[in-house]
Amino acid sequence: MRNDIVLEITIPNQTRYLSLIGTIGEHMAKGLDSYEGDREDLASQINTVLTEALVNAIKHANDSDPTKDILVRINISDKELAIRVFDTGNGFDLNMVPCPCFDSDAPNEKGRGLFIIRSLMDSVVYKRTNDGNVLEMKKSLN
Amino acid sequence: MNLKTESNGSITVVFVKEERLDAHNSGDLKSEMNRLFEAGSCNLIIDLKEVRFIDSSGLGVLVSGFKNSSARQGSIKLSGLQTQVKSMFELTRLHRVFDIFTTVNDALEST
Repeated sequence: MRNDIVLEITIPNQTRYLSLIGTIGEHMAKGLDSYEGDREDLASQINTVLTEALVNAIKHANDSDPTKDILVRINISDKELAIRVFDTGNGFDLNMVPCPCFDSDAPNEKGRGLFIIRSLMDSVVYKRTNDGNVLEMKKSLN
Repeated sequence: MNLKTESNGSITVVFVKEERLDAHNSGDLKSEMNRLFEAGSCNLIIDLKEVRFIDSSGLGVLVSGFKNSSARQGSIKLSGLQTQVKSMFELTRLHRVFDIFTTVNDALEST
C-alpha cells in the first residue's frame, strides 16, 4: 500500500499564515503510522521547521512584501519527509549565514532560525529556481 | 496578542495567553515589556504556561527583554515552559541564559 503524500499550498507573504501551515505540517507528521520514532516529537519539529522556513522566506527572501506569494510543498514517503519553501525574492547565500552566538552573557536577539532548521533536519539546501529560490529541507524517517 | 499583566510588589508578571509565540505575534510581547521597562518595572516574570509553540522570533523577543532588564539592573524570569518550548530553549542554549521555573509562584518565591 502506498502512503506517499504531496501537499502544495500557496500563501500570501504574511506571517499571519504561520500557524496554519505549521499546524498542517504537525498533523501530517502525527499521521505517519509507519514512523517508529516519537511522532509527537516529530510533529513538533515539523511545525518548528515550517515556521522558521516561512519566516525566513517572508522577511528575508521576499523582503516582507505582502503582495508576493510563497509556495510550500511537503512530500512524505515511508522513508523521507521533504519540505520545500519557494520564494520569489533575491535570495541569500545559505553558507554566509553565521551560527548564532551561544555566549550566555551576551546573547543575540536574532540569527537562530536557520540554525534551528539545520539542527532538526538532515539536509538543508537553498538554490535558485526559474523565478526565485527554494529552501529544500529533508529528514529521513527510517 | 492576549496578554495579562499583574503587579506583585516589585515584581510584574506577564501572562502570555496564546498557544503560539511566533514571528506573527511576538512583537506585541516586546511592546508590552518595553512599556513596563519605561514605566520603571524592571523585574519581570513571563509566564508561558499556555504557550505550546515558540519560534526563534519568540525567543528573540525574550532575549530582548533579558537584555533590557539587565541594563536596568533588573531581572526577567520565565515560568510554565511546555515540552516544545523547553526543547527550543535547550536547542538554542538559552536555558543557560534565563532563570526558568515550573510555576509563577516558584518564580515569585525565588525573589
